Amino acid sequence: MPKGSDIFLQNVSKIVVFIILAFALYLFFTGHVSPGGGFIAGLTSAGALLLLALAFDIDTVRKVLPVDFKLVMALGLLIALCTGTGAFFFGEPFLKHAFGYFHLPLLGKTELHTALIFDLGVYLAVVGVTMTILITIGEDS
Amino acid sequence: MATIVEWIAIVLALAGAIFCAISAFGLIRLPDVYLRSHAATKSAALGVLFVLLGAFIYFWVVDGDINAKLLLAIVFVFLTSPVAGHLNGRAAYRSGVKLWGGSVRDDFKKVLENGGKSTPDAVQEAEPPKRP
Repeated sequence: MPKGSDIFLQNVSKIVVFIILAFALYLFFTGHVSPGGGFIAGLTSAGALLLLALAFDIDTVRKVLPVDFKLVMALGLLIALCTGTGAFFFGEPFLKHAFGYFHLPLLGKTELHTALIFDLGVYLAVVGVTMTILITIGEDS
Repeated sequence: MATIVEWIAIVLALAGAIFCAISAFGLIRLPDVYLRSHAATKSAALGVLFVLLGAFIYFWVVDGDINAKLLLAIVFVFLTSPVAGHLNGRAAYRSGVKLWGGSVRDDFKKVLENGGKSTPDAVQEAEPPKRP
């Protein structure tokens, strides 16, 4: 296929990728009170990156996000593990979560929960696994 | 007041459902993949937009809840559905799906025979302005 003939797909993906990533962020933060959470947000983000890889190519995705997705996967697992073991420091059992109410400058009274950090680990692990699979399968050898 | 807006939501949802049904009839009745894509893309997208708009108005008036997800979905479908139709038709053409027998005009074939470039008369029509 000649280069540049994908002009509709490429230009629309440039806009749509941001919509998908914003929606993934929304899903990530709303997981505590409504449907959503780390897993589905990670899959949605990986879907946005996959759309970018389909419209352009995998090298573009590597240029946009110059990270090794295997390291992202490991970092996610590490964050999840640290959230679990962090409870030991307060004399609590493994994976015991805590929450509290804080007054943030812009958001007002906000409930902050350590489950969100665990969810961040899940999110990073899911993004890392999905992107590793997609890049490994889709790469031109 | 609320009743009138509920009726608006009902009419929008019904219109969307009718558009989707017309689109499904088009998928069955039309002869080749390009005409079917024409029916499926435009009519189904408009139907989905109407249904989503009806749902948005309903939840706005009845629950007092402005659901930004529905607005985002409207924008998203409006952006992506035509592109999906375009890619579908182009992939079909490039893999050699025949046009319907009653088709009278095929400009893209000339372009492809010319090696991906526009034909000379098309170039004359769309000549870029000369820069000084």
